[in-house]
Amino acid sequence: MSAAEEVVTEAPAVEAVPKRAMTLGYGTSLVVLAALILTPLFVKNFVIFQMTMLLIYALAVLALNILTGGSGQFSLGQSAFYAIGAYVTAILMEHFNVNYALTLPVAGVVCFGAGFLFGQPALRLSGIYLALATFALALAMPQLLKLGFLEHWTGGVQGLVVTKPDAPFGLPLSQDMWLYYFTLAVSIGIYVASVNLLRSRSGRALMSIRDNEIAASAMGVNVALYKTLAFGVSAGITGIAGGLGAIAVQFVAPDGYTITLAISLFVGMVVGGVGWLPGSIVGSAFIIFVPNIAEGISKGLSGAVFGVLLFLVIYLVPHGARQVALIAQQLAAKLKKN
Amino acid sequence: MTTMLNVKDLRAYYGQVQALHGLSFSLSEGSLTTLLGANGAGKTTTLRAICNMVRSTGAVEFEGKPIGNRSTENVVRLGIAHVPQGRGTFTNMTVEENLQLGAITRGDKKNIVADIERMYDHFPVLKQRYTQQAGTLSGGEQQMLAVARALMLRPRLMLLDEPSFGLAPLVVRDLFRILGKINREDKVTILVVEQNAQLALELADQAYVIETGRIVMSGNAKDVANNEDVRKSYLGY
Amino acid sequence: MELFANQVLAGIATGAIYACMALAVVMIYQAIDHLNFAQGEMAMFSTFMSWQMMQWGVPYWGAFILTVILSFAGGILIERLLFKPLAKAPVLTNVAGFIALFAIVNSVAGLIWDFTIKQYPTPFGSSPFLGSQLISTHQAGMVGVTLLLLAGLYFFFQFTRIGLAMRAAASLPESARLVGINTSWMIALGWGMASAIGAIAGMLIAPVVFLEPNMMGGVLIYGFASAVLGGLSSPLGAVIGGFLVGVFENLAGTYIPGVGNELKLPIALALIITVLVVKPAGLFGRPIVKRV
Repeated sequence: MSAAEEVVTEAPAVEAVPKRAMTLGYGTSLVVLAALILTPLFVKNFVIFQMTMLLIYALAVLALNILTGGSGQFSLGQSAFYAIGAYVTAILMEHFNVNYALTLPVAGVVCFGAGFLFGQPALRLSGIYLALATFALALAMPQLLKLGFLEHWTGGVQGLVVTKPDAPFGLPLSQDMWLYYFTLAVSIGIYVASVNLLRSRSGRALMSIRDNEIAASAMGVNVALYKTLAFGVSAGITGIAGGLGAIAVQFVAPDGYTITLAISLFVGMVVGGVGWLPGSIVGSAFIIFVPNIAEGISKGLSGAVFGVLLFLVIYLVPHGARQVALIAQQLAAKLKKN
Repeated sequence: MTTMLNVKDLRAYYGQVQALHGLSFSLSEGSLTTLLGANGAGKTTTLRAICNMVRSTGAVEFEGKPIGNRSTENVVRLGIAHVPQGRGTFTNMTVEENLQLGAITRGDKKNIVADIERMYDHFPVLKQRYTQQAGTLSGGEQQMLAVARALMLRPRLMLLDEPSFGLAPLVVRDLFRILGKINREDKVTILVVEQNAQLALELADQAYVIETGRIVMSGNAKDVANNEDVRKSYLGY
Repeated sequence: MELFANQVLAGIATGAIYACMALAVVMIYQAIDHLNFAQGEMAMFSTFMSWQMMQWGVPYWGAFILTVILSFAGGILIERLLFKPLAKAPVLTNVAGFIALFAIVNSVAGLIWDFTIKQYPTPFGSSPFLGSQLISTHQAGMVGVTLLLLAGLYFFFQFTRIGLAMRAAASLPESARLVGINTSWMIALGWGMASAIGAIAGMLIAPVVFLEPNMMGGVLIYGFASAVLGGLSSPLGAVIGGFLVGVFENLAGTYIPGVGNELKLPIALALIITVLVVKPAGLFGRPIVKRV
């Protein structure tokens, strides 16, 4: 099975270029990076906050992409790991006065563990069954966070307030701007690590599982180990995103991490192009900005407008932003020839 | 003899790759023709192109009517049965349900039961297993079932894609004997794609040899079998 | 012991809701090999249509039959217009399409009929059934209708040619085309039937959960869970799955301390996942055997 494999083999636009390309070229990367570094200098604080969220959700979408695009497993439960990461950060910061930057690795490790454990039963499930299992996890998470005996730590329904950090060393940056650059640095680090992971021996092992599990195991790939590891890595990155999200929003509460978040992340992955890591940021932009645009077009029908826009995207580019990038690339190549 | 199927300048593509380079051949009514060729020569693609299961250009005429623009299911409804490579058995259905599916487009419901009985005469092994899930049959039995399912259409033309694939020699002999019988008694025109050239040439009356998407030789099956090149390349002596 | 029996009975009563929805889920799964996340919203919309007809003075059964017919046509229309163009797109793109459809239907229903809760009539009455306070005549009627639907579907799939053709198209589209089946229309037909069954489910559920645009959210999840538990390839399994989930859920709420209403659903789902880990094809599903 199926999903990711079809993405790669059926796309007509994909054929002219290396089929397994999951990244951008150097030139394009530098342009995107420059834009991400320079834009905040010219915009208002609220926009900077939105850009921070853009990066954070992009990380979460990237994490899902590693799971689905990398190993072919499918999750509707990413919101649960995001919530765990957010709560780990919030609890460490508020109850134990741990520095915010140090909470992130802890969030990552805790979520890696949670994902790895969840990956064990998930091993026996595939396709729809796995979707249902992860969906159940996402549904259960807000309820678990509200549980009475955890209330001392989690703050129950009320949640926890998180203090926003100041820029260190007396740098003349606003809190929002500092947090943005901090998030950007973390995101770049994770992106580069993910690209390297997928290009490595382990990445190839993962993709062989995605393309043909039986053949992969016949070639000596430890399918169970790699599948659970993929779950763990994906959950770990999601957890870091969750931790960053808690700091950015300055608040965690159970109802911030419902199934809606998991579905949004999924939509983000599809819009960005399954298995194409740079698409994560496009997908993230879609799930952050399109609901606002929809609201702007019609208040009463914002859901319908969102739905119609989503339909438009998947009709025009069923393979998401990746397809757009490939078309652009081919156009550029043609122009060069002429 | 009238022409049943006429194929002219058939070209087929998988994505950017062209698999057939202007293939032309024809089948006369009631004939049993074999299409020979090495791996990758385009035998399977030819059959798939006739049924419009792959992107193709060129003219395909069945009983004088062009069928190039019809969807696969509408080609089948004209009376062209295609036994695909890998048999295409509905593995989670019973043997009998598979046979009924073969006749699913037929209007004459009353004759279907009788036809199923006839299939059991042709292939007694299917009768013993008619309530069994088709997936539990052996490879040879599934091939019998695939042929029987195709015959349930009461086809005018039957296309078979490597029916001998993966079967024991004795089973292959048996299958080919039945194919000859169907061709003679039921007047079904047959086009069979084979790698087992020797058997196919014994059975067929016409033969075409295909190499890298082109017809390189055609004629009476006996003449083809006696051709020096064919003997060397396909028969091995 | 009496508590236990009562809870089981109450579980069966709620289970009927899930069973009904699970049938619609199995139907669409048979046709398109996927779970349609918008199915609950489609059922909700159908239910609103029937409510509107009754507001206009159409008698219950008239509205019921008209709604089933309209939903059938509507399901086919949605498939032809929205999902046929996606037939060649990747699977996950289709799932995104379901999510988009969900958002559209929910939002449009909210705009037309607003989000206030509405009473919905039942043809069976709501007095206690056979003197039991735990199960009403409406719920008993629901069980009855579900079983009737199940029998009808069983007959359709096992004994009609078109049912056979649909099964063939769902299991092996290419082979189905090679015996002359128009697989594209079989999918549309599956959408129509799923939509019609969903409409029946919605109209039976509405008197219990009340009518509003978000009424099906929870029900659909239970419907999925029931269908998956029973085995997605088996209508009978889906119905049994529905009753089992209803009973599970009630017993968990009663006997596991600290569960209460909030955690009923996660516990029920966790139990289902446990079952799936042991029996990946569900309780009554046909295991998929792959030849390599």
